[in-house]
Amino acid sequence: MIFQPAIIALLLAAGLSLAMLLIAAPFAAQVIRHWDIASGSERQLRLERLTYLFSTLVAFVCLIQILAALLFVFNADKMSVMFVGAMCAVGALNVNEFGFPALYLQLALFFLAALWLALNHADSRARDYPLVKLKYALLLAAIPLFAASLALQMQYFLGLKADVITSCCGSMFSADAPTLASEVGALAPGPAFIVFYGAIGAAVGLAAWHWRRRDDLSGYATGLGALAAFVACIAGILAFVSLYIYEHPNHHCPFCILKPDYEYRGYGLYIPLFAAAAAGMSAGVLRLFARRPSLAQVVPPLTARLAATAAIGYVAFALIASLMIWQSKLILIE
Amino acid sequence: MNTWIEKQRHLIDFTVASLARRKGKNLGLLSIYGLLVFVLASVALYTHALRAEATKVLAGTPEIVLQRLVAGRHDLIPPGYIERIGRIRGVQKKEGRLWGYYYDSVVKANYTFMVAPGMKIARGEIVVGPALERSRGLAAGNGISFRSYSGELHTFIVADVLPQSSELVSADLVLMHEEDFRAFFKYPEGHYTDVALSVANPQEIKNVAVKLMNALPDSRPILRDEVLRTYASIFDWREGIMLALLAAAILAFGILAWEKAAGLSAEEKREIGILKAIGWETGDVIKMKFWEGLLISLLAFLLGYIAAYLHVFHADAVLFEPVLKGWAVLYPRFTLTPHIDGLQIATLFFFTVFPYTAAVLVPIWRAATTDPDTVMRG
Repeated sequence: MIFQPAIIALLLAAGLSLAMLLIAAPFAAQVIRHWDIASGSERQLRLERLTYLFSTLVAFVCLIQILAALLFVFNADKMSVMFVGAMCAVGALNVNEFGFPALYLQLALFFLAALWLALNHADSRARDYPLVKLKYALLLAAIPLFAASLALQMQYFLGLKADVITSCCGSMFSADAPTLASEVGALAPGPAFIVFYGAIGAAVGLAAWHWRRRDDLSGYATGLGALAAFVACIAGILAFVSLYIYEHPNHHCPFCILKPDYEYRGYGLYIPLFAAAAAGMSAGVLRLFARRPSLAQVVPPLTARLAATAAIGYVAFALIASLMIWQSKLILIE
Repeated sequence: MNTWIEKQRHLIDFTVASLARRKGKNLGLLSIYGLLVFVLASVALYTHALRAEATKVLAGTPEIVLQRLVAGRHDLIPPGYIERIGRIRGVQKKEGRLWGYYYDSVVKANYTFMVAPGMKIARGEIVVGPALERSRGLAAGNGISFRSYSGELHTFIVADVLPQSSELVSADLVLMHEEDFRAFFKYPEGHYTDVALSVANPQEIKNVAVKLMNALPDSRPILRDEVLRTYASIFDWREGIMLALLAAAILAFGILAWEKAAGLSAEEKREIGILKAIGWETGDVIKMKFWEGLLISLLAFLLGYIAAYLHVFHADAVLFEPVLKGWAVLYPRFTLTPHIDGLQIATLFFFTVFPYTAAVLVPIWRAATTDPDTVMRG
């Protein structure tokens, strides 16, 4: 089933991204070996010039990756009509064993891309490009991941044949299926409530603390808090937020909320959530480099701003989720 | 944050002014770009609307249609067959249907003759579809004769014409009384063409189909969902093939974009040289060029998409209709329901803006890293 417009678009994006990164790879190796900001040699001048090209190129690849992750979920949902028993993206992704790994890798690449963009931003602000070697080392490290993403998507889409019987979201997230997602889904609403609001509260508090203090400890705490809150929020969506949206005590699917049947409410949840998680984690990672002399002036305001973004994002997410719960007619907890 | 926005605003201002200074070149690029978006968007919008139409049509059909097979070919349902199905839990209604095709040599087209289950039609009267009304010039009250396959001439009075709104399903339809139908085709008494079953619970449909297969091994149950899925994948496949064929056009456009971006005029080079001499950084020039590309992309995307929308929903997609719709003599005339879809726009965006940006990256960088003195001296 390769001749589907969205599939062609996704493969085109993954293929071109990989090609661009491969073009950048020899340059990245050169930077790692020969970069010396103090030197005025011809090679160094050439490298400095080329960094403009390759930074732009990689930034472009990262942006495409962020969009592709969205398109992937969107497309999986759309394709579900073609498979017996598939009622939403879960069914379409379950058609063969490559669907969910492809999705997880897409999401991982989304966060990596966001982190790389944050590093790039900080690096271009400093006078002597202190992170340039790290940036290009990360780029080299990311190439296998991008290749794996392309391979997984290829396997997934080539293995799709309309009509294969798949389990729908109802059976996958029902309490007795032994998969990871179903265990999260089976989390009792009561404890999930506490973990959900507790983690968001902690992440917002830590981010606010870092926004005021701007020191290392609070920075790392913000990063970890954002990561933990992201996991807790996804678990919370599976455990009870989705139930309230569907007004159904057993429907735990995290994808159906993206559908028009539920007024696309999922986007209202996921966009602030992913933005907040990416911002918070970037703040934590950037804080690692705050001691570099040329970054000492650049990083603190940047991480403070990222922390503020994370806090606002998580607050917005919590408010939107709470509003959806409040408006729902489902009664889960008396 | 505010200073950042201010900076971008000034950059955009500058970019717009500089684009306006080279009207010819940029309008050329814009029109080619817009044309590409137009073609791709027309294909996407049209197939999507057809898919939506098919879904709408099939929504009213029975969940399961049961056919009997003899030597792998469709055969009549003999008397007593429906009773053999017995009571299957979940089936709300089962009824034999009577329908067949009739070739009219006058307009060289096939009609579908059918006994309408829910409608009361008197003997000797028929109700016809809108395409028939057009092709044979019929109106309510007129008489029409058909020569049956046995050679006899049968005359019917047109009692009514089906409404235009149902044309996609009823274009070539002729509805008649059961006895007229049996007399016209010499259809054996008690036989039916196929059996329609209504199942209320969508999750039961598969179980019902399995039970039907067990009870009647010579039968073939066709599920509505299967038909729907098949339509969806056929239209998607047609669209995908069109896009794959158009890949050459996208590639050509990429080359054009590269050429346009690489072929900086002496004047442009001078401009960049001066900008750098007065203190612009390489990054700023890249940003300006980036805004230039984005503005052209968005404008082309918008223009192309609007043109495609008008083409598909107001001009009936004259350019692609033969490829995408399929063909028949009495093809229904129908207006497609305008529908814009997020996935479709995202896909189109990947097909157009992405290759364009990828193609102009290197030329932009080349332009931005030129030394001011070499350009201004040259």
